[in-house]
Amino acid sequence: MAVTEQEILAGLGKIVNEITGIPASEVTPEKSFVDDLDIDSLSMVEIAVAAQDEFGAEIPDDQLKHLKTVKDVVNFIQN
Amino acid sequence: MSTNRVRVVVTGLGTTTPLGGDVASTWSALLDGRSGVRAITEDWVDTVPVKFAGVAAVDPGEVLPRPEARRLDRYEQFALIAARQAWQDAGAPEVEPTRLGVVVGSGIGGISTILNAYDTYRDKGWNRLSPYTVPMLMPNGAAGWISIDLGARAGTHATVSACATGAESIGYAIEMIRSGRADVVVAGGSEAAIHPLNIASFAAMRAMSTRNDEPHRASRPFDKGRDGFVLGEGAGIVVLESEEYAKARGARIYAVAAGIGITSDGHHISAPEPTGIGGKTAMLTAVADAGLTAADIVHVNAHATSTPVGDEIEARAIREALPGAPLITSTKSMTGHLLGGAGGIESIFTILALSERIVPATANLDDPADGLDVDIVSGEPRKLPGGQLAAINNSFGFGGHNVAVVFTSA
Repeated sequence: MAVTEQEILAGLGKIVNEITGIPASEVTPEKSFVDDLDIDSLSMVEIAVAAQDEFGAEIPDDQLKHLKTVKDVVNFIQN
Repeated sequence: MSTNRVRVVVTGLGTTTPLGGDVASTWSALLDGRSGVRAITEDWVDTVPVKFAGVAAVDPGEVLPRPEARRLDRYEQFALIAARQAWQDAGAPEVEPTRLGVVVGSGIGGISTILNAYDTYRDKGWNRLSPYTVPMLMPNGAAGWISIDLGARAGTHATVSACATGAESIGYAIEMIRSGRADVVVAGGSEAAIHPLNIASFAAMRAMSTRNDEPHRASRPFDKGRDGFVLGEGAGIVVLESEEYAKARGARIYAVAAGIGITSDGHHISAPEPTGIGGKTAMLTAVADAGLTAADIVHVNAHATSTPVGDEIEARAIREALPGAPLITSTKSMTGHLLGGAGGIESIFTILALSERIVPATANLDDPADGLDVDIVSGEPRKLPGGQLAAINNSFGFGGHNVAVVFTSA
């Protein structure tokens, strides 16, 4: 069953909120994890691990470093 | 003792215990003689022979924001909560970061993290582990987080000496300030070991009480019916400063951290040396370090864990070391035994006994063991006189560690 972009965005917002305390409403597609949301590299690993649990999509380390924005992660999971 | 040596004073107290989530609630519960020990309700309780513990009265998850709590082992959560309380209590001194130190240890460290992480590794694979697994399991993690929280750069240390950890941390902090390495040091101990593996392992040593039908009466130091210690959890942390620094900033001073005595038994990995010479020498060393004589000590917060062997040996050590008939109490009768946290909370109780001039009673002392021949406060708290007073906190640990800290009234 395909998951919609909106569902992934909502799920990712919940994960980011759980890990960093940033309100899910601020996790919008154009935001950069580092520059806009002030999320460090260890937290990005936490988010990737949680996303794998939630969506079943593994994000390899060499891919993770290229995923700069929320939209990048949503697209990666969707594909 | 050198007359121009730096004096170290206590200016802040912080704690979270089975009796309360802060110093005031814990202290008032102690004076009321309440027990923080209760039945364990988790489903694993059927797998262990001990079915009760001193669970923290306030869950740290209710105090810390969720994003912070999830990166900390429970023992680190307790430590950070207690450290922040102590820091606020001291008036959050605006100390130069390079003059601020941290000495906070744990007897066991982040053992629940280790075990849970192993399950994750085994069942789901390495790449599902939290990147915070290592900082959560390491026994210096609490000290590290506190140093980050306060911006401490004079050195961060974590002593590990089982149930003497909290007291040894305070001793190390005293030495840091005396030697000129720091003006202010945050020091104490923390533990979160209520896990079935720990209970099973201590039970395998036959060290724990199995009074399952009366949990609140299970911790009974010095009583004939005692049958082992009761596991507790939480943290106790103090702010220590050089007297000169504290006075210059107008800080409230609870007490003087006047002397430290540390010895080791070199005898057995878990059993105390039978004559109590190690504990006795620690007390006498601390008294001398404080520039006092043994008869000056009016109160001892005993290590007394409610084990059949240890309590009587400690009573003998106190009897032989301190001729001033000090009022003795074991607050573990109400908190349970916080292992690495014990020396932290019990130093706080010793300090409060001096500043409030009252000694909490040892609970459950219905029928004192024969031949103790020391003055153990039971039934009701007892008042201390006015004037300049001195008291000792004793903390002993598996491995043969003996630590005595002398506090004197401000």
